[in-house]
Amino acid sequence: MIEQILFYTLAALALVAAIVVIAQRSPIYSAFALIVVLCSLSGIFAILGSPFIAVIQIVVYAGAIMVLFLFVLMLLNVQKEADDPGGSKPLRTAAAALAAVFAAQVGLVIARARFASGPEQYEASTRKVAELLFSPTFLYVFEATSILILAALVGAIVLAKRDL
Amino acid sequence: MTGSLVQHAVLLSVVLFTLGALGVFLRRNVITIFMCIELMLNAVNLAFVAFSRSLGTFDGQVLVFFVMTVAAAEAAVGLAIVIALHRHRDTLDVDSFNLLKW
Repeated sequence: MIEQILFYTLAALALVAAIVVIAQRSPIYSAFALIVVLCSLSGIFAILGSPFIAVIQIVVYAGAIMVLFLFVLMLLNVQKEADDPGGSKPLRTAAAALAAVFAAQVGLVIARARFASGPEQYEASTRKVAELLFSPTFLYVFEATSILILAALVGAIVLAKRDL
Repeated sequence: MTGSLVQHAVLLSVVLFTLGALGVFLRRNVITIFMCIELMLNAVNLAFVAFSRSLGTFDGQVLVFFVMTVAAAEAAVGLAIVIALHRHRDTLDVDSFNLLKW
């Protein structure tokens, strides 16, 4: 019961904050709203039985990635978007209508689907996730990920160099 | 009981993904567009975790781990590109980045 109350509270919080992210003109406020979304999702992950994912959501997303975003925002001294939407008002309305149709269609399918409730005792603890991650199924993907990180590291340094 | 919780988690994921996609179309600041992409990635992560809970496996968590890695790499490279763009154009408005348009 307590877990359901917590789930719906966090879900509502995530929804409101997500709307703030896309409705806010100032990127700094968008970034802070996104941090609220990420923290609420972390709580939802914990409720769904994934404590490891909940923790790395906070550490990697809210900690590392969002700090990077805020750092760049402060570095570039970003201003608010101008009020004038640039004469593309019909296109924006069409985008909103298409998004509503998309959400309604997928939502209808999901709402009609029957989901298995899964095992009674379920906890994706760090040990269980790590055992699967380092099993032969995912080991090569994990190694490929390290190459990706290295490439991103070198790429970011090269791109941010002054004389590009 | 858990079945409906999983269902509502997937529904939340759908709505968050749609909001992220809408934000990509509505916002014109390139960094806000980036944040909307992060929002979509998080919606997908939520779906992975919910389906993993429903099926009683741990593959979803491993995939979320990889999605987070790719998101971190993408944010690092993307923000470096944003800094380079800002240095050349002095703006972050995506409408002014039309060099590849013919």
